[in-house]
Amino acid sequence: MTPKSRLHVPKAHARPGETPDFSYVQISPAGAVARPDINAPAADIADLANSMVRVLDEDHRAVGPWHPHLDAGELQIGLRHMLLTRLYDNRMQRMQRQGKISFYMRAYGEEAVSVAQCMALRPSDMLFPAYRNQGLQITRGRPLVVLMCQVLSNTRDMCKGRQLPVLYHWKEGNLFSQSGNLATQFPQAVGWAMAAAIKGEDRLAASWLGEGSTAEADFHYALLFAAVYQAPVILNVTNNQWAISTFQGFAGGEQRSFAARGNGYGVPGIRVDGNDFLATYAVTTWAAERARNGFGPTLIELVTYRGGAHSTSDDPSRYRPKDDYERWPLGDPIERLKQHLIRLGEWTEERHAQLAEELEAHVTDSWKEAITYGTMTDGPRLESGTMFEDVFKDMPEHLKIQQAQLRALRG
Amino acid sequence: MAIMNMLQALNSALDTMMARDPAVVLMGEDVGYFGGVFRVTEGLQRKYGEHRVLDSPIAEGGIVATAIGMGVHGLRPVAEIQFADYIYPAYDQIVSELARLRYRSAGEFYAPVTIRTPCGGGIRGGQTHSQSPEAVFAHVCGLKVVMPSNPYDAKGLLISAIEDDDPVVFLEPKRLYNGPFYGEPDQPAQPWNNHPKGEVPDGYYKVPIGYAEVAQEGSQVTIVTYGTMVHVAQAAARTAGIEAEIVDVRSIVPLDIHTIASSVRKTGRCIVVHEATGFGGFGGELVAQIQQDCFWHLEAPILRVAGWDTPYPHAFEWEYFPGPARIIAALKSVMEAS
Ligand SMILES: Cc1ncc(C[n+]2csc(CCOP(=O)(O)OP(=O)(O)O)c2C)c(N)n1
Repeated sequence: MTPKSRLHVPKAHARPGETPDFSYVQISPAGAVARPDINAPAADIADLANSMVRVLDEDHRAVGPWHPHLDAGELQIGLRHMLLTRLYDNRMQRMQRQGKISFYMRAYGEEAVSVAQCMALRPSDMLFPAYRNQGLQITRGRPLVVLMCQVLSNTRDMCKGRQLPVLYHWKEGNLFSQSGNLATQFPQAVGWAMAAAIKGEDRLAASWLGEGSTAEADFHYALLFAAVYQAPVILNVTNNQWAISTFQGFAGGEQRSFAARGNGYGVPGIRVDGNDFLATYAVTTWAAERARNGFGPTLIELVTYRGGAHSTSDDPSRYRPKDDYERWPLGDPIERLKQHLIRLGEWTEERHAQLAEELEAHVTDSWKEAITYGTMTDGPRLESGTMFEDVFKDMPEHLKIQQAQLRALRG
Repeated sequence: MAIMNMLQALNSALDTMMARDPAVVLMGEDVGYFGGVFRVTEGLQRKYGEHRVLDSPIAEGGIVATAIGMGVHGLRPVAEIQFADYIYPAYDQIVSELARLRYRSAGEFYAPVTIRTPCGGGIRGGQTHSQSPEAVFAHVCGLKVVMPSNPYDAKGLLISAIEDDDPVVFLEPKRLYNGPFYGEPDQPAQPWNNHPKGEVPDGYYKVPIGYAEVAQEGSQVTIVTYGTMVHVAQAAARTAGIEAEIVDVRSIVPLDIHTIASSVRKTGRCIVVHEATGFGGFGGELVAQIQQDCFWHLEAPILRVAGWDTPYPHAFEWEYFPGPARIIAALKSVMEAS
C-alpha cells in the first residue's frame, strides 16, 4: 500500500440538532487523585495533568486528600460571591438588551473559577484576569457601582471611557488592566512574578485565559519563561469547552489535556473540576504554596462550561445544541456548593432564597446609583477632550492642538 | 445582477472562486461551521467541505504562517483575521515572510495568500475592534493592500486578490457591511438596496487591483478617500453645498496616482480623508505624491482629515471619528484659500 496522508479535522461533540455527548471529558471520581507534596518535581507528578482533582462527590460530601477543610463561614462567603457574580452578570446582560450599555460578557457557569481561586490567594498577589474573571473583582471587594460605571463608560468609569465593557482594572486591588487582545497578559504575569522574585518579595502572580486562547504564541512564551526562571506564577486555563463557535478540539484539546501542555516545559500541569469550589480552592492553594516556597510555576486547567453566549453579540444556538449545558456532566458550581452546605447543615433553601433576594436588591441599588453618573443615552458624560490624555505621560504638542480643535468643533 | 450587501458580495466572491479553483481554501477563527462572526463565509463549509474551509485555532500568527506554507505548496489560501485589531500576532509572518518571500528567493518561491480582515470603527467596538491599520501594511514592500467601499468593488476586488500571485491584505470596512454610512450615527441605517453599487453580478468578474475610481464627479475640489469615508465625504460635500469630486482610492498599494492627480489638476483643490489616525497615516503618502504631481495646479494647501492621534475610545467613538463636521471645515478651508 502506498502511504497516504490525511488531513484530520476535529469534530465537535455535537452540533445543533444532535445529542450532546460529553464522554470525551475524562472525569476522575471525587477523592481519587493523590495530593503530592508541594516540592514534588514536575516529572514525578505528570499524571496530575491527565486526571481530574475533585472533592465534592455525587452526594455533595467533601472527600479525599484535596479536601481543603474550609469552615462553613468561608464556604458561605464563596457562595455569596459566586451568586453575586451571576446576578450582576444577568443584570448587565439585561441592561445591554435595553440599550443602556454597548456590550457584555457573562461568566455564567464558571463562577467558581474566579471566586474560589481568588479566595485561595492573598490580596497582595497580583492578578492578570481575562474577560470572564469579573468574580476576581467581586471577591476582592470591588463595589458593584464601580464595575457598573466601567460598563457604562460613564463619568465615574475607571477607564475614562476608553475600554469596552468588562475590561476593568484596579490598581489598589492588585488587578491588572485587562486587554481585549487574547493571551497577551499571560506572559506579562510571568514577568511580574520574575520581578517579585528579583526583589525577593513574598508575592505571586496569577493569570487566566480561555482554552481557545492557549493557541496564541503568548501562552507558550508564558510557560517557557515561567519554566526557565521558575517564576512564582500560577497560569490558569479556563477550559469552558467553547471559544465562540469553536470547540476545544481546535485548540488541541483532542490530543492531550490543556494541563498536559505544562509537562512539556517542565511546569507541573494539574487538571481540576472547575465547577467544584472546594477542589478549585485546594488546587490553587497547592500551587500558591509551591510558588511561595520557591518551587516555581504551576499550570492549572479548570474544566468548566461556558453556560451562556460568548457575549451579547453571539448566538450559540447556531453552533451548539440547545441542551448542551443541561447535559454538562460537572453541573453548576453554585448549585453544587449550595448542596454541600445544605448537607453540612450550614445552609437551607430558604436562606439561599433570602440571599438571592438580598443580592438582587444590592444589584438594583448599585445600578440606580451607577446610572446617576451617566449611561450611553442619558445623564452626564465625560468631557470628550479627555480622550487625548494618557496617550503619553505628558501631552505632546500635536495632541494639545488636536484637543483644542476637538473642543472648538464641539463648541 | 442581484442586490447584495457587502457581506453577501464577499461571500459570493469566495463562493465563485472556490467553485472555479479547487486550490482556493479558506481558513480563520470561527469561519467554518459557524460561517464567521460577521457571516462572510456562511454556508461555504457545507458546500465545499471541511478540507476547504478550515476552522483555525486562535493563533493569527499560526494562521498566516500555515497559509504561507499552503500557498507555497500550490493552494490559494484566503485567511480571515477576525478583526484587524487582532492581526498583530501575525505581523512578523506577514512582514518578514509573506511580503518578502518572492524577493528573497529571486522569484522562485511565493505564496498567493489573501488576508481578509474587518477594519474601522462605528460599531461601538472600542479600541480593540475599530482600528484601520492600512498604513502599517502599506509601508511593507511586497504586500498589496486594498480597501473596498461598496459591495460591487468588494466582490470584484476580492476575486482579483485571490487570483493575484502576490499577497494581498484585504481590508473590509465593517461599518459598511450592511449598508452605506453617511457619518450620522443617529440617522436610521441605510441598506445597500438604494445604492447603485449594491447591484452585484452573480458570477465571476474582476475589479482590478491598482485602480482608483471617481466615485462622484465635481469641479470645485477633490476629496481623496477610501473605505467608509467615501460615503461620509459624499454626504459632507452635499451638506456643505460644494461640488466635490470624490476619488475612491480602493487600491492603497499599488496606488493609482494618475486618477487621483488628474482629478486634482482639474479641481485645483484637494483634501485627503481617512478614518485611521493621521500621524504617519497613509494620507501623508497621498499628500506627498499629489503635491509632487499637481503642485502647479494647486490653489490651496492640501488638507488631511483623519482620526485623532489616540487609540479609538469606546465612549467617544463619534468624537474620534472624522465625521462630516471636520470634513466640511476642511472643505471650507481649502475653498476659501486663494
Ligand atoms: C488576539 C485575538 N484574536 C482574536 C480575538 C477575538 N476573540 C475574542 S474572544 C475569542 C474566543 C476566545 O475563546 P477562549 O479563549 O476559549 O475564551 P472564552 O471566551 O471561552 O472564555 C476570540 C476569537 C481576540 N480578542 N484577540
